[in-house]
Amino acid sequence: MRRSDQSAEARKRRTTWLLSLLALGMFGFGFALVPLYDLLCQVTGVQSVALRSNSEQGYAGSSAGEGASRVVTVKFDTSVHPELPWDFNAADISLKVRTGEIYEVDFLAHNRSNGQIIGQAIPSVVPWQATAFFSKLECFCFNRQVLEGGETTTMPLRFMVSSDLPREINSLTLSYSFMRLDSGQQDLPLKKDLQASNKTITL
Amino acid sequence: MTTTTMTHDEAHHDHAPTGLKRWLFSTNHKDIGTLYLLFALTMLFLGGASAMVIRAELFLPGIQLVDPDLYNNLVTNHALLMIFGAVMPAAAGLANWMIPLMIGAPDMALPRMNNLSFWILPAAATMLILSFVVPFFPGGGTQINTGWTLYPPLSIKVGMSMDFLIFAIHLLGISSILASINIIVTLLNMRAPGMTLMKMPMFCWTWLVTAFLLILVVPVLAGGVTMLLFDRHFGTSFFDAAGGGDPVLFQHLFWFFGHPEVYILLLPSIGVLSHVIPTFARKPLFGYKSMVGAMLAVATIGMVVWAHHQYTIGMSLGAVTYFMVGTILISIPVGLMIFNFIATMWRGSMTFETPMLFAVGIVLMFTFGGLSGVMLAVVPADMQYHDSMFVVAHFHYVLMPGAVFGLFAGVFYWLPKWTGHMYDEKLAKIFFWTNVIGFNITFFPQHFLGLAGMPRRIVDYNAIFTEFNVLSSIGAMIFGLSHLLLLYIVIKTIRGGKKAKNRSWEGAKGLEWEVGSPPEFHTWTTAPQIK
Repeated sequence: MRRSDQSAEARKRRTTWLLSLLALGMFGFGFALVPLYDLLCQVTGVQSVALRSNSEQGYAGSSAGEGASRVVTVKFDTSVHPELPWDFNAADISLKVRTGEIYEVDFLAHNRSNGQIIGQAIPSVVPWQATAFFSKLECFCFNRQVLEGGETTTMPLRFMVSSDLPREINSLTLSYSFMRLDSGQQDLPLKKDLQASNKTITL
Repeated sequence: MTTTTMTHDEAHHDHAPTGLKRWLFSTNHKDIGTLYLLFALTMLFLGGASAMVIRAELFLPGIQLVDPDLYNNLVTNHALLMIFGAVMPAAAGLANWMIPLMIGAPDMALPRMNNLSFWILPAAATMLILSFVVPFFPGGGTQINTGWTLYPPLSIKVGMSMDFLIFAIHLLGISSILASINIIVTLLNMRAPGMTLMKMPMFCWTWLVTAFLLILVVPVLAGGVTMLLFDRHFGTSFFDAAGGGDPVLFQHLFWFFGHPEVYILLLPSIGVLSHVIPTFARKPLFGYKSMVGAMLAVATIGMVVWAHHQYTIGMSLGAVTYFMVGTILISIPVGLMIFNFIATMWRGSMTFETPMLFAVGIVLMFTFGGLSGVMLAVVPADMQYHDSMFVVAHFHYVLMPGAVFGLFAGVFYWLPKWTGHMYDEKLAKIFFWTNVIGFNITFFPQHFLGLAGMPRRIVDYNAIFTEFNVLSSIGAMIFGLSHLLLLYIVIKTIRGGKKAKNRSWEGAKGLEWEVGSPPEFHTWTTAPQIK
């Protein structure tokens, strides 16, 4: 170590401190990445694939619809799970509606059996691209429905189709499937029904 | 590069302390280098043993030897022992031994810190082994079944063994940061007069870049596992979605470290190759400047392409495109290095001693691993290959030749210098061939297994994969057992053998060959003058 004079020692010390600071800084950078990562994703619009597919619908709607009101056809489709001994129909098969306005449609349900049964309707919209533009303001599908044996009831649906609906969609179908919610112990379905019900589920 | 002064300080020779104190309190770069290398050899056998159990389990479909959690714990331990226990300390051992000799410095710049950075390692290794052992005891919690990537939320649910592992990673990280600081300070301040950066031996250049990479990325991993620790015990939600965190963030932190880590493992071996190939081709290294440039390019691009390990997390199209293009771009400077090696061999008077055999093997097999790497970099293809045995085959083809064979080449190349004895060339060649053939039988079939759909990190597999797995397991036994021969050769060389000349190889160039074989306890106390 004879050749290492004072300045060489000082240089070494300086390099050591700088590198130690760099290491500490990178440890801090690791923690800084927590907010930076969120920021990067939100601000620069680096979105996940899932987010992207949602927002693309939005873009399509806003560019095509431009908020102009127009008339589209809404069709109502009803089906009942074979396990549920109910009749279930819409009062209207289809309705011409003006976008941006609120409409009301009645649905009728009748319990064919003797006992109390609980059911719930599951909605879906076809084509699926229209789902985000179809708003249900009030729907019997929001709650479970309880029907006494032989009871018939009228259930309202209030809905609105947004004016942002993509222009290429002129007709959409609102489809309801009524499912049985209670165990259904009282009147077990026949084997044939079970097979049928399986089929319905796969469909 | 020629040396004009060769005066040694004969008066102060060989007053080495003896016994346990010599090793425990050592500040001598040669002794610490030896300690690093012996530690790495021990870990190589531990990591290898866990790999043997893994391959024995995969010999046939069904669960025969280990239950699924233990299997995944073995996978975790194999990776951590090999990466942090074997390859990185072995490379650090070579650096400690060779860098002061190569640049004409009397020792490392910070000898006491050097001692500390080694002696942290046995403590870290103990923690790592405890993390494996603890679940076998009552109340020891569950096994670490996450793999070495430690992804949450699973890693948050694991028992106390995960805490041992987290602290082991902290210790290993501190050790390698201290070693890196030491190496950079040495390389920047202690080169012999006249040795400019662009005259520095390639091995020193590769370690300079490696050390910078380590300082840049290891603290980020330390931060990541610290957050994991906080999530586990202190109620934070860095990675817990229920508390507003994001598990994917950990993956980013991990791979921000994990991808440059690949180059940290690779570059020292590239440095070794840059000495071995010119020596045995008896030609200077082709394209020294382009080598340095290519290496800097690899390190720089390598820092910003980490998310190619995470294509399937659902990034935007723009992001995956960027990571794909960046990743494929790396193949250009890496290709340049390979072409430089081939050009160095071109029309050289080549002889094939064991270090050269390993070097040629690396050029061939590492290139193969690079090719499957380009396949994996392509996003739509990767969606198919992700987490399959194809990935296992790929990274073993990159890391085994790229890192481990490079270290073997370095060990055989410098063993005469370290011990003063020539190793048994015939045995070493037998070791090379069994090792390389065993390696290829083990990992080549895994490409086909992966492409056929066999997932990785799963204890059992579909019976249709049986044939290739049997083959792979047989290869693994040959491969694994061949390392006992390495151990034998090393011990034999330490104990005796043909006397090595100062310049142990005919074509060897560089300052390290100017000192004795074995070198005096203190070398280059007077710096050589480089013209």
